[in-house]
Amino acid sequence: MAPERIVLRFTPDTTEKPVIYRLVKDYDLVINILRANINPQKEGTLVLELTGEKYQQGLEYLRQEGVSVQPLIEGITRNEQLCTMCGSCTDICPTKALYIERPSMEVFFNNDKCIVCQLCVKACPMHAMEVRF
Amino acid sequence: MSGMSAVNGGISMSAEKTYAEINEKIKNGKAVVMTAEELIAFVEEKGFLRATQEVDVVTTGTFSPMCSSGAFLSFGHSEPRIRMQRVWLNDIEAYAGLAAVDAYIGATQVPEHDSLNSNFPGEFKYGGGHLIQELVERKRVRLKAFSYGTDCYPRQEIETSITLDEINEAILFNPRNAYQNYNCAVNLSPRTIYTYMGVLKPNLANAHYCSAGQLSPLLKDPYFKTVGIGTRIFLGGGVGYVAWNGTQHFPSIQKDSTGRELGPAGGTLALIGDLKQMNSQWLRGASFLGYGATLAVGIGLPIPLLNEEVTKFAAVKDKDLYAPIVDYSDAYPNRKPGNLGFVSYAELKSGQITVNSKQVPTAPISSYPGARKIAGILKQWISDGTFSITEPVKLLPNFNDQITANVLKG
Repeated sequence: MAPERIVLRFTPDTTEKPVIYRLVKDYDLVINILRANINPQKEGTLVLELTGEKYQQGLEYLRQEGVSVQPLIEGITRNEQLCTMCGSCTDICPTKALYIERPSMEVFFNNDKCIVCQLCVKACPMHAMEVRF
Repeated sequence: MSGMSAVNGGISMSAEKTYAEINEKIKNGKAVVMTAEELIAFVEEKGFLRATQEVDVVTTGTFSPMCSSGAFLSFGHSEPRIRMQRVWLNDIEAYAGLAAVDAYIGATQVPEHDSLNSNFPGEFKYGGGHLIQELVERKRVRLKAFSYGTDCYPRQEIETSITLDEINEAILFNPRNAYQNYNCAVNLSPRTIYTYMGVLKPNLANAHYCSAGQLSPLLKDPYFKTVGIGTRIFLGGGVGYVAWNGTQHFPSIQKDSTGRELGPAGGTLALIGDLKQMNSQWLRGASFLGYGATLAVGIGLPIPLLNEEVTKFAAVKDKDLYAPIVDYSDAYPNRKPGNLGFVSYAELKSGQITVNSKQVPTAPISSYPGARKIAGILKQWISDGTFSITEPVKLLPNFNDQITANVLKG
């Protein structure tokens, strides 16, 4: 089972709080930050993988702090009709979600490993990698 | 198998076959056909002589972006007639400096108002290759043409739409396809570069190669012993022919810095075929980020095992086929000679190579599963008796002809 993936959205006044530190120290959660961004209006977005026994308590803490918590529903799919299995995406993908099976040299996509960085979307010559919302 | 007793008797014998003999077997459904992968396994077990005696044709394949591709289109005449001076198909210009309603659509041509690389890296989502794919898919395409008007061709403009079935001729003619061998591209610079070999990460962080290796047509007939003008092939899912050698056909033998010979490189093919009988599974528009649009072309070349020498070359394995490693941040764009060494296709396919003492992940641009499928389809056609092999009208120049590249001054 892959870890839960969530999107945290911060308002300008919550952006400066050390919430990640609290999630680790107080709730003993394992955190993998997939993407992080703060826009010029100081609104922040954080995409995380979270695991741990106190997962629900951790989310409750975030909500109390005024951080919006939503599941990551954005995802990447491979259009099997368009993919020619050339493999040129496989060394662009940072998590090896796209990989070559040897010796057949067939290309596979493991959605569980995908962090939705979208590098493959532009790098694929056949436009076979699609963003799904 | 009258020849077998001679072998058993220890007397060396040659196994020679003619094109006519092989075609007779194909016609009778008795030809033994193998893909180049299958031949490798067969030769390992039974040797070159037995393979030459028992196998008639070996099929190869490649499915890869090939920029020097395009199609001649002849639209038919309107009433009144127009002598098309400039022509656009879905806003992509086709070259119309031919007779009245003939034009050539090139795979890398992009629409009139494409932002190109102005917002770098450009996406090049649609180009001539995509248009050719859509024509093959029988999609309706917008046609716009202008002319200056003449007494015999009075009309000065036309805007209409066409499908592949509505126009008179559509001839795929690719001036340079099926590169015999290709560079393994790396990037030594500290910034990401966007090339026709894909996205190359900075500081030697990845390596891209573009060949089917042991399945690739011209690596299996390296000295052009069987392929020549008129050779019938699998082209874009249909039947095509070798028209000529390709442009930039500079056959040579690769040598490393110590002078060790590392097999052939430099050959190319010019290919022709009726677009109307091709299939968009094997003619696919492609986009290279920051570089441009192109067409992925599926090609399969049959190699008749005329003698043991032909068999030996057709059975060469990935571990004995080499690509030069070339820096695309400086050496390639600035045309600086030399390379960073050679690497075998077996190493490239392993997923990791060593360059300048660094472990570098590799990825292909050419589809090996596609190449294998094409070799399989061509094998089926020949086995079914629907595809006979062709004795070339003329063989292509090989490395003995010592054709060298001229440099453009300026």
